[in-house]
Amino acid sequence: MTPLAAFLIVAALVFAIGLAISLTRRNAILVLIGIELMLNAANLNLIAFWRFGPHAGHSDGLTGMMFAIFSIAVAAAEAAVGLGLVIAYHRHSKTTDLDAMTRMKG
Amino acid sequence: MIACSASLIASWLAQDQASNFTVAYVDGNPATIVRILWLIPAIPMLAAGLIALLRQPQRRLAAGLAIGSLAISLLLAIGAFTHVLSVWGQGGAPREVISFNWIDLGTTHLQLGWILDPLAAVMLVMVTFVGLLIFIYSTGYMAHDENFTRFFCFLSLFAGAMLGVIIANSLLLLFMCWEIVGLTSYLLIGFWYHKPSAAAAAKKAFLTTRIGDIFFLLGIVWLFAQTGTLLFYNHGAGAIEPTALAALLSQPAALGLTAAGAIGLLIFAGAAGKSGQLPLHVWLPDAMEGPTPVSALIHAATMVAAGVYLIARVYPLMSAGAVAGGSTVSLTVVAWIGALTALFGALVAVAQNDIKRILAYSTVSQLGYMMVGLATGGVAVGMFHLITHAFFKALLFLGAGSVIHGCHEEQDIRRMGGLRHTMLVTFLTYAVGMLALSGFPIFFSGFWSKDAIIGAAHGWPVSQGPFVLLLIGALLTAFYMTRQVAYVFLGSWRGPEHTHAHESPRVMTLPLSILAVFAVGLGIFGTPAWPWFTSLIESRPLTLEMQAFSEPGLLPLMGFATLLVFAGLGAGWWLYARKAVQRPVSAPVHHHTQEHGDEPQHRAGDLVDVLESSSPVVWRWLANRLYFDELYAATVLRWYAALAQLSDWLDRRVWGGLVAGVATAFRGLGAANKSLDSQWIDGGFDKGCEELVTGGGVLAWLQAGRAPGYLRMLALGVLALVGLALVVGTMTGQVRL
Repeated sequence: MTPLAAFLIVAALVFAIGLAISLTRRNAILVLIGIELMLNAANLNLIAFWRFGPHAGHSDGLTGMMFAIFSIAVAAAEAAVGLGLVIAYHRHSKTTDLDAMTRMKG
Repeated sequence: MIACSASLIASWLAQDQASNFTVAYVDGNPATIVRILWLIPAIPMLAAGLIALLRQPQRRLAAGLAIGSLAISLLLAIGAFTHVLSVWGQGGAPREVISFNWIDLGTTHLQLGWILDPLAAVMLVMVTFVGLLIFIYSTGYMAHDENFTRFFCFLSLFAGAMLGVIIANSLLLLFMCWEIVGLTSYLLIGFWYHKPSAAAAAKKAFLTTRIGDIFFLLGIVWLFAQTGTLLFYNHGAGAIEPTALAALLSQPAALGLTAAGAIGLLIFAGAAGKSGQLPLHVWLPDAMEGPTPVSALIHAATMVAAGVYLIARVYPLMSAGAVAGGSTVSLTVVAWIGALTALFGALVAVAQNDIKRILAYSTVSQLGYMMVGLATGGVAVGMFHLITHAFFKALLFLGAGSVIHGCHEEQDIRRMGGLRHTMLVTFLTYAVGMLALSGFPIFFSGFWSKDAIIGAAHGWPVSQGPFVLLLIGALLTAFYMTRQVAYVFLGSWRGPEHTHAHESPRVMTLPLSILAVFAVGLGIFGTPAWPWFTSLIESRPLTLEMQAFSEPGLLPLMGFATLLVFAGLGAGWWLYARKAVQRPVSAPVHHHTQEHGDEPQHRAGDLVDVLESSSPVVWRWLANRLYFDELYAATVLRWYAALAQLSDWLDRRVWGGLVAGVATAFRGLGAANKSLDSQWIDGGFDKGCEELVTGGGVLAWLQAGRAPGYLRMLALGVLALVGLALVVGTMTGQVRL
């Protein structure tokens, strides 16, 4: 069976990639994608810790899974709102460059 | 107004069914007129209140309200009078009272109430009737005054309060109304307050009567302390009914007086203040600064008579303990003061030149007669002169007002003359008043009333002094009135050459004529043969006894008094009318300036009186009113002024210094507080604010809305967490590097 450390390493990698994308890209959509990656790294960690935790295999031991599903739902909502904002901003000022996004007032 | 009072009456009658306050009746169930007697003062007071709400231009409404309300009061007063007459006619003693608890203080009750007896009834009719005529006259006299509405407001208030004095069955209620009357007197004397002399006269009147009123109040308190009640009559438990009087007589006070005597003297002090008796008379002549209708109504006919009425009202107290053929201390004092005042007023009136001032001193003198009449002859004698005097003195004052009005506000009789041609109605009515005042025999009311007083003084067992003083006074009265009439109406016009006197409008002459009729006609009610008035006041059956004239001493006395009156008239005629008083030759007449009337100073062109040239020293004393004002100025007023100055000094230096010291201390404290506040507290606060601003700046820089910045912070956070995990992990040995 794959050891826990492998999952954690993958998750850390994914998180690092997401963080790198968020910090280096100027495009707001790419930054959002980076954030999604970081979230999913966290989800991966949640599932991994659950799978290797004391409650695994019990019928009532769904805590980690539920946590992850909640997180995915929140991420979906967050992505929808974030994308909506970016599209609205783009409609208004024809840019998705985060450095140019300094004004919230229309 | 009528509808209003009708509804008042109706509501009162309805309420009477379930009356919830204690009502004490002397003679069973009182008649309706007694129950609604309180309306007589209440209606003019209500009118005064309504007029006070009017605006200045609503003159007709104001006069209408005042006259209408007093007319209703007159009708009610006549109703009350006829009720008294009918009770008297059935042989009863008409005296009905209604009283109620005003304030309950534990077991002590302050009771108020009203009374209807012959004394009150005749006064009610007199005051409302004379008052109504004077109200009507005022609409003409004050027609050009801009404060017409205010005038009628005060007049109505006066009428209400005066009627309240009359119907009061409680010394307390009487005192309250008495003070309102004093207030309206003050307000009306100072009605033309822009004139300094009027303002000063108002103050003088108020303060002088206040001296009397303080003694009066002391008397009231003493009486209440002794008897526990201030009601005059109350089922035999009143303060001037036999039980209480017996208790008062057995109670010794200081100086050999009984409590009854001392209280009587205190009450007389109040009456003396109001009625201008000798030591306190000084305000009354100055009160002539008020409008003439006021002088007629308040300072001749009604208010000044309130003192006489008061003595008549508490007469049982004044005469308590008198043995047959004797007198009480208080009545003796009243008689002497009255007689001295009667002579003093008549003397001073001889040497006055102001038409109203002559009448004012005449009023002082006649009030003295009334006092003597009360003291020596009983209630009826004094009251009869009060009633007749009210009519003919009101007539004289209104006549004087008509003269002043016709002579363009001139009041100096030296600048009149010959008015019989131009002011015929005024002249004729004035002559009637003058003859009534002088006591011209048989036909004029003044003769009968004054003769009754002189007769009573003659029969006074204590002393013949007042009698002699009154006789001299009678002589002088006839003399000074002849002098005045000769100056004003006879001779030729001495006013400014280009002016002419004119007769007054009908609204002024009509009241004169009505009053003249009464000045003559009232005499018939008080002759010795048919003493209607005396019988009514004393509730005795009336009989016509022609043989009363043949009583020993009566006719000779009458004859002697008549002789004196004729002597006075003759002397006046000899000095002033035999050769008509002429305009002094070779002296141009200057237009007069406002005279204060205090000094008999001569203005260029004024003629010199015959008496003045013959005996200047005596004249100067009389013209200066025997220097009473100067005496008061040199004694009482000087001490008072010194006291005032001392108080002023104390106030400024001692109390003021104390206050200033406290103020300085507090200002120092305040300064310290201020510096503490600004330096420390404010400083600390400012510092705190500055820090907040700086911190806010930093936070604002962090939260500037730049998304990459946030992401960088996020990365830093992750790094920090990772670092923390590594450090903690290494230390606990969970991480092995």
